[in-house]
Amino acid sequence: MIPAQNPAAAAAPVLRAAPRRRLRNPALRRFCRHRLAVFGACAVTLLTLLCIAAPPLLPYSDTFIDIRARFTPPGGSSAHLLGTDQLGRDMLSRLLMAGRISLAVGFSAMLISMVIGVCVGLVAGYYRGVLGTVLMRFVDAMLCFPSIFLLLAVSAFIEPSVSSIILLIACTSWMEVARIVEGQIRALRERDFTLAAHAIGAGDARIMFRELLPNAVAPIVVAATLNVAHAILAESYISFLGYGIQPPTPSWGNMLDNAQTYLESAPWLAILPGAMIALAVTSFNFIGDGLRDALDPRMEGR
Amino acid sequence: MSTYLLRRLFQALVLLLIVSAVGFSILHLAPGGPLSQFAAGGEMTQADLDRIARDMGLDRPLPVQYAEWLWHMAQGDWGRSYRDQQPVLHIIVAHLGATLELMLTSTLIAMALGSWIGILGAMRRYSLFDSLATIGAMIAVSIPTFWFGLVVIWLFSVTLGWLPAGNRYTVGDGSWLNQLHHLIAPSMVLALVSTAVWSRYMRSSMLDVINQDYIRTARSKGIPERRILFRHTVRNALLPMITIAGLQLPTLLSGALVTETIFTWPGMGRLFLDSINYRDYPVVMGILMFTAVLVLLGSLVADLLYGLADPRIRLA
Repeated sequence: MIPAQNPAAAAAPVLRAAPRRRLRNPALRRFCRHRLAVFGACAVTLLTLLCIAAPPLLPYSDTFIDIRARFTPPGGSSAHLLGTDQLGRDMLSRLLMAGRISLAVGFSAMLISMVIGVCVGLVAGYYRGVLGTVLMRFVDAMLCFPSIFLLLAVSAFIEPSVSSIILLIACTSWMEVARIVEGQIRALRERDFTLAAHAIGAGDARIMFRELLPNAVAPIVVAATLNVAHAILAESYISFLGYGIQPPTPSWGNMLDNAQTYLESAPWLAILPGAMIALAVTSFNFIGDGLRDALDPRMEGR
Repeated sequence: MSTYLLRRLFQALVLLLIVSAVGFSILHLAPGGPLSQFAAGGEMTQADLDRIARDMGLDRPLPVQYAEWLWHMAQGDWGRSYRDQQPVLHIIVAHLGATLELMLTSTLIAMALGSWIGILGAMRRYSLFDSLATIGAMIAVSIPTFWFGLVVIWLFSVTLGWLPAGNRYTVGDGSWLNQLHHLIAPSMVLALVSTAVWSRYMRSSMLDVINQDYIRTARSKGIPERRILFRHTVRNALLPMITIAGLQLPTLLSGALVTETIFTWPGMGRLFLDSINYRDYPVVMGILMFTAVLVLLGSLVADLLYGLADPRIRLA
């Protein structure tokens, strides 16, 4: 009976089902229904690709000073698509090079702060007791310091460089993650599968990283996305105030540093980098929101 | 209530100790420590630095230094500014008024506007207004405050000429109308993020209350919708917002620093930045500790007020 079947007929339903299979993952489907999140994901991808690939293709490098062409408004010259700054440097080129730095700071600071936050949260949630209490009270204490004040106070002591700024931002933004992870782990360790893992003789590290952590991954992913947004914003704040990424290395924040001086004559110097920050941060926030809805359907629409 | 009050006060005290330890560590564990401003010049020999360290008591064990520092802090002796030898606490208090004025005004704006947006959004869930408010709030928290400030200055001061671009008042014009005129732009800028956050929490809180049994009961009793909305729903939805107001304090303080910088507002945030520029560490550390204590007190007061306003909390 089976060999007699027409192979084409058997394949047909599979073929028809194929396009739908791509979105069988309910989380992915919910994410794609979240239009703003899809917009955010597209914008971030496009922005990252542009920042990485486009600068060498542009007619002017970001450091080329064309003093005669300074303060060219956007669209004022065919050579400088987005105009030039006070030294005649090409704005588009500078914006994309600055994007490399700002996005790199955002991603790296997020990775480091996630490692710190997840480890602290895991240990505090798993061991609880004195160790857990001390760790979480430390988190509470760190959260009492307004972030910009803390960032500026420490950055005044250190030699500003891209890597020190990344570390600094990471060290001041891991606390929320620690809180989230601690709450998750605290609840998860009461579940039966943790007991089962204990019963088969699994060690603490194995239970923490192989059993508990994978089950808490959804809120961690959401927190990570929002953390990138926070880190980009934090970098822009301290760079704007003059204690972050130092010129001539451009970042979206330090491009705004002296833009206030030229606000009257050259408003695009202030508007363009700020718009890039707003676009990048909004996109990451949209993605985070979409991921939250996608990974935790109970929270949808809240 | 008194057990709740005592427990909460004890928690706050413990947290205050940890906060002070963190602040002290930042000061001492940073490269160079409190001596860095002497070492920075490069003219001092190691012997000079050792002598200064001994004079300042920096050669003693850290716990001893911490205890002494804490004891001085508790007595109100926060050290003296390197710049003009004024007591740090005195300088901070002198700049506090301008900051509080800014923060209070923008909080009022945020509460009024944010509540209104949140209530309307919850009443007409998924409507065009609700969607726009959601997107708007997301964008508002993503925009850097300093950039929004620059755009406001560019639009309202440079282009339209309606509002002053900075300062607390025009020199020589002490009228309150003039001060109010100067207050509009900075408080608007500072209120942006708070309004967005407030509207989201208000909407969420409204949705929690709307689904409660007592709202259904009120409706089945035949109480008019308007009365249900204002007397039952909004009143209860506002309760958890007391906590949110407390939690907003760190964000508000950070925002105030940036806003004051842009609008040359003579507040604590600007003082902080100036002190960093002058490497005036006693003032920097003083303000850092002051803001942390302010945040701590803010959340304590919010919790206590919540306990007073909502009897259900006291039992928990």
